[in-house]
Amino acid sequence: MDALLREYLPILMFLGIAAGIAAAAVGASLVLARQRPDPEKLSPYECGFEAFDDARRKFDVRFYLVAIIFIIFDLEIAFLFPWAITLKETGVLGFWSMVLFLGVLTVGFVYEWKKGALDWE
Amino acid sequence: MIVQTLAFYLFAVVAVASGIMVVGARNPVHSVLFLILAFFNSAGLFILLGAELLAMILIIVYVGAVAVLFLFVVMMLDVNFVALREGFARYLPVGALVGAVLLLELLLVLGAWVVAPGALERAGVPIAPAGEVTNAAALGAVLYTKYIYLFQAAGLVLLVAMIGAIVLTLRERTGVRRQSAARQLARRSEDTLDIRDVTTGSGV
Repeated sequence: MDALLREYLPILMFLGIAAGIAAAAVGASLVLARQRPDPEKLSPYECGFEAFDDARRKFDVRFYLVAIIFIIFDLEIAFLFPWAITLKETGVLGFWSMVLFLGVLTVGFVYEWKKGALDWE
Repeated sequence: MIVQTLAFYLFAVVAVASGIMVVGARNPVHSVLFLILAFFNSAGLFILLGAELLAMILIIVYVGAVAVLFLFVVMMLDVNFVALREGFARYLPVGALVGAVLLLELLLVLGAWVVAPGALERAGVPIAPAGEVTNAAALGAVLYTKYIYLFQAAGLVLLVAMIGAIVLTLRERTGVRRQSAARQLARRSEDTLDIRDVTTGSGV
C-alpha cells in the first residue's frame, strides 16, 4: 500500500506546486499591480468590437446527443481495460462475454448510424 | 504516513466544501465546475484507498464525460438569473416538504438497517490481496466470468441509454444540406473541371 502511494507522491507535489504558483500569480497581481478599474476596462472584450449579445443562450440539443453517445462509448472502453489484462486467466468465457457485450453495443451503434445521429447537417 | 493523513484531510475537506458549493452556488455553471472539483478530490481519496483503477475511471468517465454532459444541460437551460431567483418564496413550502420526506426516509433506512446473517461471509469473493495483483486485474478476474449476467445487464443498460437519447433528441430537419461521403468520393475531376487554352486578351 505504501509503495503504491509513494508512486503517487510526485503527483501530490505537482498539485502543491501548481496551487502555489497559481495563488502566487493571482495574489501578486492583486497586491503589487496598480488597480484602477473603470467601466471600459471591466467590460467584456471581444476582439476589439463591442460584444454582440449575451453568451447565456440556449444551445442546440444536438450537442447533448453527441455528448451522451460519447459517454456510452467511453464506458465501453472503461470495461475493456480490466478485460484486456486478465484475458489469460478468464479464458474462453471471459472472451465471449466481452464479445457479447460489444455485440449488444454494436447493435446500438448500427441503429444510431442508420438513424443519422452521427451526421452533422 | 503523516503525508497520507494530511492528503486525506485535504482531499476530504475540499470534496465536502465543493459539494456544498455545488448546491449553494448561484450560477449553475459554477455549480458544475465545483462538481468537477469534487470528482477530482474523490479520485484522490480513491487513490489513498489503493483503488487506482476506480480513481482513473472516475476522472475519465465522470470528469471527462458526465461533467461535460452536465455543462451541456446547463447551457441548454435558459439561464436567466433574475427569473431563477423569483418564485423562491412561493416554492419554499413544497421544497421543504419534499426535503423533509426525503430526510425522514433516510432516517428510517438508517434506523432499520440490519446486516443479513451470513451476508458478510458470502460477499467475500476470493481476490488476491492488493499488492500482489493490480486493481484492474483483480476486477477483471471476476467481472467477466463470475458476474457475467451483471456485466451483460450493464451492456443492455448502455444500449437502452443510447437508443433513448437518440429517440428523445434526434429530429429530422428539412431543408438542410447533408454531407454525402459516397457522392463526394464518386465525383471525378472530369465532371467538374474543364481546362481551356485561352489566348491572351481574347477572353473566354
